[in-house]
Amino acid sequence: MKLRLALFTAGALGLAAVMAAGMRRLEPIGSYHGAYGEVLNAVAVGERNSTDVVSAVNFDYRGLDTLGEEYILFTSVLAVAAILRKQKDEHDEAPDQFREVPASDAVRLLGVGLVPVTVVFGLYLISHGAVSPGGGFQGGVVLASVPLVVYLCAGAKTFLRIPPPALAKAGESSGAAGYVLVGCLGILAGKAFLENVLPLGRPGGAWSAGTILFLNLTVGVAVAAGFVELLSSFVEKALKR
Amino acid sequence: MIAPLQILLFLLLALAGPAVVLTRNPVPQSIAVSFYGLVLAMIFFLHQAPDVALSQIVVGAIALPLMILLAVAKVKSREAAGK
Repeated sequence: MKLRLALFTAGALGLAAVMAAGMRRLEPIGSYHGAYGEVLNAVAVGERNSTDVVSAVNFDYRGLDTLGEEYILFTSVLAVAAILRKQKDEHDEAPDQFREVPASDAVRLLGVGLVPVTVVFGLYLISHGAVSPGGGFQGGVVLASVPLVVYLCAGAKTFLRIPPPALAKAGESSGAAGYVLVGCLGILAGKAFLENVLPLGRPGGAWSAGTILFLNLTVGVAVAAGFVELLSSFVEKALKR
Repeated sequence: MIAPLQILLFLLLALAGPAVVLTRNPVPQSIAVSFYGLVLAMIFFLHQAPDVALSQIVVGAIALPLMILLAVAKVKSREAAGK
């Protein structure tokens, strides 16, 4: 025990010294030395009419990488659905029986106020990905948290009724397919896959940045539906009696 | 050069990390991990990465603790059924 403490103290002191020396020489916030970033900052707004350069990189310049990332989520939802599927020895005697703890009035009042605000914020994040920070992924998860607020206020039975399970499954797969289809617009126009061929609009406007907007919408649908699917299968498994 | 706000957030992070490890009960631990995720998000935001900060909030501070809570609930319900 004493040896362990001594070793830890020596290690912690050494780490603290190295960290302090490193942090003292830290660059000021926002400093950046990278040619790629400087070039993108200079050209992205003019070339793609997207005022959020991060979105322009994710959904246009490196759109193929984001396609791969989207399928990571798709695959993990698939895996969870496969693991949590109904087993042979599981019998469904009381399908509607959940262990419910009634929510307090304060929680329910807060939830009523929170649901509409969260829906609007999620839709805003998805649709304005090309204009301001955010995008399909972030907005999708925000949207998927709405049913959870409903679960906290109204219980598991109500949570599992919205949205209809069929719609969540359809949304997940159609969102994932939509990304590829928007990418194919580029091929149809005689250019490369995922090339930005739609009208670019005015920088800063909601209808701007061409395919970036539509890719954000498909990702938003896929992520929201995927997370709802994930959470509802978890809740269903976890809270059944 | 290091800004005072940076020092504050780094110190918070240095406290929150061990707090997650030293909390042994999984239910309070999920709350601790959520707080840790929130501090990380604030650091990302301070360093001018609002896109990453948003992702960090939704995944690190909401989705991950929730999955832990649901998994714990499942284990507890099985234990209760076994007794």
